[in-house]
Amino acid sequence: MKELVIISGKGGTGKTSLIAAFASLAKNMVLCDADVDAADLHLIMDPDVKQSSDFESGHTAIINKDKCTECGLCRDLCRWNAIDEDLIVDPIECEGCGVCYYFCPENAVEFPLNTCGEWFISDTRFGPMVHARLGIAEENSGKLVTLVRKEAKNLAENKHMTLVLTDGAPGVGCPVIASIGGADAVLVVTEPTVSGVHDMERVIQLADFFGIPAVVCVNKYDLNPEKAEEVENFAIKKGLAFLGRVPFDPIFTKAMVQGRNIFEYDSGSEACHMVKGIWEKIEHNIIS
Amino acid sequence: MIISIASGKGGTGKTTVATNLAVSIGSDVQLLDCDVEEPNSHLFIQPAVEYTETITTPVPEVDESKCTLCGKCGEICQFKAIVVIGNTVLPFEELCHSCGGCMEVCPEGAIKEKERVLGTIQKGRRNGLEFIHGTLRVGEAMSPPLIRKVRAFSRQGGVTIIDAPPGTSCPVIASMKGADFILLVTEPTPFGLYDLKLAVGAVKILDIPCGLVINRSDMGDDKVRTYAEKESLSIMMEIPFDRGIAEAYSRGELIVEYMPEWKERFIELYRRIEEIIGSNTV
Repeated sequence: MKELVIISGKGGTGKTSLIAAFASLAKNMVLCDADVDAADLHLIMDPDVKQSSDFESGHTAIINKDKCTECGLCRDLCRWNAIDEDLIVDPIECEGCGVCYYFCPENAVEFPLNTCGEWFISDTRFGPMVHARLGIAEENSGKLVTLVRKEAKNLAENKHMTLVLTDGAPGVGCPVIASIGGADAVLVVTEPTVSGVHDMERVIQLADFFGIPAVVCVNKYDLNPEKAEEVENFAIKKGLAFLGRVPFDPIFTKAMVQGRNIFEYDSGSEACHMVKGIWEKIEHNIIS
Repeated sequence: MIISIASGKGGTGKTTVATNLAVSIGSDVQLLDCDVEEPNSHLFIQPAVEYTETITTPVPEVDESKCTLCGKCGEICQFKAIVVIGNTVLPFEELCHSCGGCMEVCPEGAIKEKERVLGTIQKGRRNGLEFIHGTLRVGEAMSPPLIRKVRAFSRQGGVTIIDAPPGTSCPVIASMKGADFILLVTEPTPFGLYDLKLAVGAVKILDIPCGLVINRSDMGDDKVRTYAEKESLSIMMEIPFDRGIAEAYSRGELIVEYMPEWKERFIELYRRIEEIIGSNTV
């Protein structure tokens, strides 16, 4: 079984639309949405949730006023300025480090486990899918990413599937690091813009830092064919496979509005033809 | 006055709005790029860099000659960033959140702190605009401490515009908290709407007034507008899809340079934000 993770650095380059399209082409596959912070894949996949579970991770301090003697030690030790003058903990600032809980001489600090999201195993018209929802303003997105990826792999093994196709988050920080560790390869989807190129370079550095093989494709290439070529040349210079270009095409948006992927919307389009070409290279280079 | 530009979904045009707004409203303006994982504003602002600083965070360093392997450090650490295994104590500095608990708890005084590099901060200028951005070290997981350092450059008085990262979790909260106004940039698509709702949820937790900019406003459907109406969110600006604008963006050009008539629209956007903040503080 192989896992391919789609990342981009920059947001909005088309990761989720491409994964949704690949779902029409891939066989024996489990879909995994690891962009738990702003998960969108379910909007096209329309999953039928079979199992849902709470995601519990991290703690937040609460000061019990009945026990507190207002000595202020907790506030002095807190490095997040999360405890105010009235000795009330701001749950948004609280890092969950437990220092106040540990050192309080009156045992007045409670430190309950947080429920900070939910995760799901679902059926879709393309096969099984594992996805999640991180609570708004919650922490521990990296741990939830690690959890959904592990569950997707377990599911693939149990169902004798050969591929896990994972939708990653934008950026290069905690959730992205959690979404690529141990993957067989990452597909970097970029766009031919100064931002797209800048962010692609950083996310390729990240993949390299963790020793994950990367392949590259460029979406909306015709918005700036010269920049698209710059992307291709950069990939080649780095010794990475360049898998192809996808044109800027309103059918991605039109299909999304209908809750469909581009193959379901118009399988004869040029964009579908190009996406198919990229998928064939993925099958050849990564899956087989 | 602090205006934070956020979105939920990535690629909706936060940087476009932040940079064009910042250069349009004249003097005494700061632009802070808090999307430290993938900072892009500098590509459009092209500031003359005056100052660069390496930003670090404290992590434990153990003096093994003093350590008695009592294991209290591993007990207090919530992040599994320091553990006693066999006859050695192992700090995992990449997992450390810099709470200082292990150092505080160690009965032998065997732990002191050294620095882990989070990234860099640069400060520069473009005409009257002061520009500051942070760049997270590739491989570093924790962006909020670097974002807080970028925000520490925020001046009293004048206008501070913040380009926030996408999403709704801790880095976004770190970029929005304490702002006077949040401008949410969205697009009228199912993905745009779904992520906008999450972003509005985050703004509500922080209890900060907000408004919308709808980018590529003529693609997709009407559901973002219906939602805005239902939630009484004001639509402060719409930017229709224009291939010329998209191509100018791809080259690193500002809209207000490519189409100078947009400058007046960004000034008008600022005036409307000022009005809302004014009416809230009275």
